[in-house]
Amino acid sequence: MLITFLLIPILTAIVLLFIKKDTLAFQTAIAASLATLALAVFASFNKVETFDMSWLPNLNSRFTLQADGLAKILILLSSISLPAILMASNKNEYKQKNIFLSLLLFTQAGLMGVFLAGDALLFYFFWELALIPVYFLCSIWGGEKRIAITFKFFIYTFLGSLFMLIGILFVNAHTVEHSFSIQAFIQANLTDGQKITAFALFFVAFAIKMPIFPLHTWQPDTYEQSPTPVTMVMSAVMVKMGLYGILRWLLPLFPVAFAAHTNVVVFLSVVGILYASFIAIRQDDIKRLIAYSSIAHIGLMNAAIFSGTGIAIQGALIQLFSHGINVLGLWIIADIVEQQTGTRSMQQMGGLAKKQPTLAILLVGFALANIAMPLTNAFVGEFLMFNGLFILNPWIAGFAGISIVLAAIYTLNMVQKVAYGEISEKINAMPAPNKAAQLVLIILLIIVFVTGVYPQPLFTLTADTLQQLIAK
Amino acid sequence: MAFMKILVAFILLWPFVGFLFNGLGRNYWSKKIIAYKATGYIVASFIASVIAFLHVQTYGAVTVHYFDFIHTASLTIPFDFKVDALSSLFLLVITGVGSLIHLYSTAYMQEESAPHYARYFAYLNLFIFSMLLLVLGDNYIIMFMGWEGVGLCSYLLIGYWFSNGNYNYAAKKAFIMNRIGDLGFLLAIFWLIAKLGTVSYSEVLTAESLAKLSSADITGITLLLFVGAMGKSAQIPLFTWLPDAMAGPTPVSALIHAATMVTAGIYMITRSNILFSHSETTQNIVAIIGISTALLAATIAIKQNDIKKVLAYSTVSQLGYMFLGLGVGAYSGAVFHVITHAFFKALLFLGAGSVIHAMHHEQDIRKMGGLKSKLPITHITFLIGCIAIAGVPPFSGFFSKDEILAAAFEKNKIYWVLGLVGAAMTAFYMFRLYTTTFLGKFRGSHEQEAHLHESPLAMTLPLIVLAILSAVGGAIGIPEIMGGHHWLTGQLSTIVSTPHEASLSVSTEWILMSVSVAIAAIALIIALLKYTKQTDEEPSSAIGKFFYHKWYIDEFYQKTIIEPLNEFALFLKEFIEKKVIDGAVNGTGKLVQFSARKVRLIQNGQAGYYILFMVLGIITLFLIWFNDINILRFIHTLTQS
Repeated sequence: MLITFLLIPILTAIVLLFIKKDTLAFQTAIAASLATLALAVFASFNKVETFDMSWLPNLNSRFTLQADGLAKILILLSSISLPAILMASNKNEYKQKNIFLSLLLFTQAGLMGVFLAGDALLFYFFWELALIPVYFLCSIWGGEKRIAITFKFFIYTFLGSLFMLIGILFVNAHTVEHSFSIQAFIQANLTDGQKITAFALFFVAFAIKMPIFPLHTWQPDTYEQSPTPVTMVMSAVMVKMGLYGILRWLLPLFPVAFAAHTNVVVFLSVVGILYASFIAIRQDDIKRLIAYSSIAHIGLMNAAIFSGTGIAIQGALIQLFSHGINVLGLWIIADIVEQQTGTRSMQQMGGLAKKQPTLAILLVGFALANIAMPLTNAFVGEFLMFNGLFILNPWIAGFAGISIVLAAIYTLNMVQKVAYGEISEKINAMPAPNKAAQLVLIILLIIVFVTGVYPQPLFTLTADTLQQLIAK
Repeated sequence: MAFMKILVAFILLWPFVGFLFNGLGRNYWSKKIIAYKATGYIVASFIASVIAFLHVQTYGAVTVHYFDFIHTASLTIPFDFKVDALSSLFLLVITGVGSLIHLYSTAYMQEESAPHYARYFAYLNLFIFSMLLLVLGDNYIIMFMGWEGVGLCSYLLIGYWFSNGNYNYAAKKAFIMNRIGDLGFLLAIFWLIAKLGTVSYSEVLTAESLAKLSSADITGITLLLFVGAMGKSAQIPLFTWLPDAMAGPTPVSALIHAATMVTAGIYMITRSNILFSHSETTQNIVAIIGISTALLAATIAIKQNDIKKVLAYSTVSQLGYMFLGLGVGAYSGAVFHVITHAFFKALLFLGAGSVIHAMHHEQDIRKMGGLKSKLPITHITFLIGCIAIAGVPPFSGFFSKDEILAAAFEKNKIYWVLGLVGAAMTAFYMFRLYTTTFLGKFRGSHEQEAHLHESPLAMTLPLIVLAILSAVGGAIGIPEIMGGHHWLTGQLSTIVSTPHEASLSVSTEWILMSVSVAIAAIALIIALLKYTKQTDEEPSSAIGKFFYHKWYIDEFYQKTIIEPLNEFALFLKEFIEKKVIDGAVNGTGKLVQFSARKVRLIQNGQAGYYILFMVLGIITLFLIWFNDINILRFIHTLTQS
């Protein structure tokens, strides 16, 4: 059944290329994304067979798809995100909408492949495949500075990918049968020195993708300039590729090199958390604010994973999902506000609570999730992650903990500037509320609180992955 | 057990149901329904709390389990709730005083339109829910949930009139200052988990657990917990949010200052008293911070002219007393003061609300005066509140304050002397407030005078009830030398590890008591005499200005913390991010492009596409170079599978 996670989006994407009528194209895309969602929900609660097929026999690379808890939770996130994004942004005008939608579905296929691949070459293939449609989406439908920005984004991440490719070939050369399978990679005969080299090669790709400070400057620009639905895909799901790569490949393949780099990576991540939080405080552009906030959150997840403590990794595993839901909610709100007011500058906003109270309430809801209030989903993950960091080193945890105060500052700044105060001219000019988008937000907010009060299903889902990782 | 399980769920969930009912239905219900429902849910919760309280009295403490919040290999945090002597007392105060504040609000907020009226009550219900969660939880995580929950509700309510930028600012300030404290609390929790692997009271607060903790651990944990308490209970240095919190509607101040929120810190330390008693360092710090806060806030209260500000600083000051009590080991004395303070401070704030209501939103006491005859019920109840807080026997404040002072005397005489100074100031500023507001001549406009009216029954009834409680509330803790049993100390004997035992001789205790009463009486009379004839103008003396401007502490924070951090953030954003990091990235990119151009590899501006085709080329090459036929075979098998 795993192959259907690729087939549905790919086939739909191809079909979409020929549907010129916008409504029909939208309906097709939505239907496909909902079908994927149904499958993902089913897969989350059931055992799924590994899909294995011959692919590149001369290279000894196989088309292997497998799903453990880690893969499932990301598949689920990706499958929830796409219909949500499509529904929420349906009112936005895009030229050649069918192609726009088609590329979004291609992206989803790439992401699914990344999360499911059990073969290093296949993993690399999808890693790049996910990047290409995003590149087109940004450079065709993006903002004014899109060409320069997407170029930078592309070069940056592509450079990282190349390092990974070299790393993959390097490890492959040292496997018994020159296989690309993950098991063979784990058993590869590498000396300690070689392991560190390979570790570094993989790590660069993942670090850029997340991104880790100071490799992050492509991200706010790209998030700002991309059409917001694409930003949503990138921010909610795509950044998880880096963290996923670390959990799936880096940690199991090179546990010793991994442990040896705990200090430096955790340090960089924590610096990044505070750095991004401080910058977020001074942002006036709502999209850039969310971008920096997200960098801080991802930094925490990376620090947690590298702390190597079971409890922090558990936190990160479920935060992969929760962060996606929360940041998606914020992006959808930012998109509605931008589409309806024509500005992203928060100085020109204010009074949303009077003009569109429902949207303002939703904004407050997601703001609470963003600052990890207890009983929201983010609290569970962040609590466990900070806990693990504390076990690693209390000072690090205390230092990183400053970010929970900073997060309150920038998030409440945003709420105040957008929702409160007197109605500004721009806000006053907003048309009727976007009901479809609000419905999506309500559903996402329900997920926020349900998984915040009762996170057990997420623990159960990721239990097998955690056990394997801890065993390392 | 099953009975208690249902009962606890009732206590907790009624306010939450009220929140959902009014929050989701804000556009649908009439104001009457909103008011009935919101108040009704809290009253229902109060009734359930009374039953729970009686249950504990008869059968002892009960812990109920619902489900696990977090359950992983190494850590389990259950949704467990504990109803014991301490939490059941707090339940009564929270839901009892809470009910009265709700009732009062139904009339006070009448001017609001229905959706906002509903929003107000939704927040109020959520506030009660959070506070109940805080005191009912059987572990520090649930306490933390309520802890942050009350922070959120105070944020929402302080900023209730959200169009006003200053109010928003005050709301944000409250939340952020609280968050600083919360970080301390959170770190204490991590510390406990790292050392003990659990956060449940029944496992943490035991002799075995204490044995596993070094004295440095205990000091560290208790200090961090205290940082949390500083934020929530407005102690130095995290107290400046509380006076600003009066930006919210007046009944909210009553709720924040009396029944909920600020008492959380006292509750937390009393709950953890076993830990605190094992760290002399922490206890000293708690006592010093407590008495300093009590004095600092009292000096400020003396110079304020806004009726709510005087009360706000008096809360900060009274909380200081409670922490002094905690610091000297008089845990039950601190809880006693929480309870009596809840009565008289709720009374005073609601009374102030009644005055403000009558004065058409005037809060400056210099423009009041002579309200005694126009607002008879408000006047007499407010007077009772003032007498109670000033420490005049036999009103409630006397007993609780005296218990703390006696304990302070035993521990360190300096604490006692300073405590007396504070008590004198308290009596002074409260009667300055009372006299200026209610006695003398009316100093407001004619228009205001014409509209002066006593408040409706929904507002005066809570005042009367609270006045009675303020007057007789001391009965729960009459000391033995007066022939009482001190019911409260007996109640808490199972919770408080080392119940404070009076080792003072009877005569010493009588002397201490007489001194404090005499001092309060003198201060009270001076204020009465002074302010019947005159009001305070803007202070001219340096020290007067210093107190009037609240020791310039807000300005100090602004200059030394907020502005430097803002500048630092700007420096990161404009220089480090743009020039250094991105500069390096772009520089590298340009260098590559430049050299590339030199060798004429890239000939047009479409470099992005160029790279893209390169990647596509690589992938295609990959596929074709290695095995062209296999791709076909792959597609073939794919279609067959």
